[in-house]
Amino acid sequence: MTNYVIWTLLIPLLAGIIMLFIPQRVILQRTISIIASIILLINTVLLVFQIQTEGIQKMELGGWAPPFGIILVGDMLSGLLVLTTALVIIPILIYSFSSIGVEREKKYYYSIFFFLVTGVLGAFLTGDLFNMFVFFEVFLLSSYVLIVHGSTQKQLRESFKYVLINILSSALFVIGVAYLYAVIGTLNMAHLGERIASLTEPAPILTVIALMFLIIFGLKGAIFPLYFWLPASYTAPPTAIGALFGALLTKVGIYAIFRTYSIIFVHDPAYTHTVLGVLAALTMIFGVIGAVAHKDVTKILVYNVIVAVGFVLFGVSTMTEAGYQGAIYYVIHDMIIKAALFLLIGALVTVGGTKYLKQMGGIIKYHPALGWLFLVAVFALVGIPPLSGFIGKVLLIQGGTTVGDYWIVFLMMVASLLVLYSMIRIFLQGFYGKSVLSSKEEHGTTKGLLFPISLLIALSVLLGIGAEFLYPFVQTATEVLLQPELYINAVLKE
Amino acid sequence: MEILMSVIAGILFMVGTYLILSKNMIRIVLGTNFISHGAHILILTMAGLKTGAPPLLGLEATNYTDPLPQALILTAIVISFGVTAFFLVLGYRTYKVTGTDNTDGLRGPDSYD
Repeated sequence: MTNYVIWTLLIPLLAGIIMLFIPQRVILQRTISIIASIILLINTVLLVFQIQTEGIQKMELGGWAPPFGIILVGDMLSGLLVLTTALVIIPILIYSFSSIGVEREKKYYYSIFFFLVTGVLGAFLTGDLFNMFVFFEVFLLSSYVLIVHGSTQKQLRESFKYVLINILSSALFVIGVAYLYAVIGTLNMAHLGERIASLTEPAPILTVIALMFLIIFGLKGAIFPLYFWLPASYTAPPTAIGALFGALLTKVGIYAIFRTYSIIFVHDPAYTHTVLGVLAALTMIFGVIGAVAHKDVTKILVYNVIVAVGFVLFGVSTMTEAGYQGAIYYVIHDMIIKAALFLLIGALVTVGGTKYLKQMGGIIKYHPALGWLFLVAVFALVGIPPLSGFIGKVLLIQGGTTVGDYWIVFLMMVASLLVLYSMIRIFLQGFYGKSVLSSKEEHGTTKGLLFPISLLIALSVLLGIGAEFLYPFVQTATEVLLQPELYINAVLKE
Repeated sequence: MEILMSVIAGILFMVGTYLILSKNMIRIVLGTNFISHGAHILILTMAGLKTGAPPLLGLEATNYTDPLPQALILTAIVISFGVTAFFLVLGYRTYKVTGTDNTDGLRGPDSYD
């Protein structure tokens, strides 16, 4: 029996290492990276079907049984996120080919790209808290390199802040792990969950540690008081890198909250999950304020990343079946559509030569395909019925009303409306409006950029239409979240 | 002993936080160093400082100190070492390009639009 779990990590790692040896051979690097990502995609599809038919997959590294060794666990939630990651990186790679520039490509761009992917996939698949810290560092270090790659003045300025924030949150992660080890005496997630579930008396210290982990993962995932670093950091690097960050990095923080708050910290949900719900609501509010206020198209988009984080966290905080399902649907949809929108906005800025809404207009006259793709992407982002954002939001609303959080549900709907307003403003002013540039004055071409964008949009449309096909997988993922015993037994008892 | 170590870790965090809040880049880098020292000391302390032999099976003792936190610290040290090296070079490059090591000078027109 093939173990797809370990290959999911080995393929991008090997691809990254191989490309370290051939920095000058750009064409060869492109070929290797596209082949590796397609093999990775096939591997993850097989992994998802294997989990669906045979249950939770695990890989004991070195043959040491948990909780003594490190274990990689592929349950359906990790499986779906790993698959989405593999899907999203292919269009981003194709977009990089024509937009990133040979100078950057010769400076180990693709190697670092694949190391980042390795870190993200590892964080999704690990079953050990300290190992999760290590994988976080793997993708954070790669993201430090990518954010400053090319070292323009703006990138240097923003990366200093980005690196500082992440060093602090990594130090907090180490401290959190130390506290948890002192209280519980283990670092394996299933073992932690088992020991915390078997506590007979309330343990307030665990609530403190739970909130500390919320702060740590909130810094990575940009939730309300901790999102301040994100808007400037994600707009500094080139488009393809921004798309990679917007699609993957915050989602790892969300996944970590998902995991810890459904398996480990379930001892006092009345307090911890209420805090999560309130922070999710505030994240939505401050996200849309930023999205509506800005006149810079890239800034509007990054504030929408923050709004989406709020939506997903709200689903986690409800602890209901519908809420979890909604959150899973929404996080998958959001990874795809945010990558698409980052690439679309990148193409818009390339053509228009400016990121200020006031200075652009009438792009659709010479680039009809780009314009209509953007409109479809905006509708998908907001959740107009046949497209992908719809199912997730409906389930989130259903989950919210089940537990009676009517005010957050109301906020969510208002936030959706304002997200639509903020994005449609780009369409009306930037694409539609009066023409500012004639076709000769444009600052770049969309050659080679439209194909990856249409791949992502097609994926999003398929996700919306094929929701019924995806449903059994989401249901399997939700079962594990609702009954953490399933996860714990699969890891420890078999 | 654990209390003393906790107080020392607390002082390290305090110094680190103070340094990070200053405006000079090199002081910020030093601040992150203090914080990671504090975190490493904290792991060691949190696992208990009970007396026992070093975790080497050649020393035939009745009890050994906990080997797990030592492995964790070793990992955390090399990671923070790598990150610090990167951070120092990044600070140097930023100084060369922007011509200032004051974080106030890192505000560009882009941050305010």
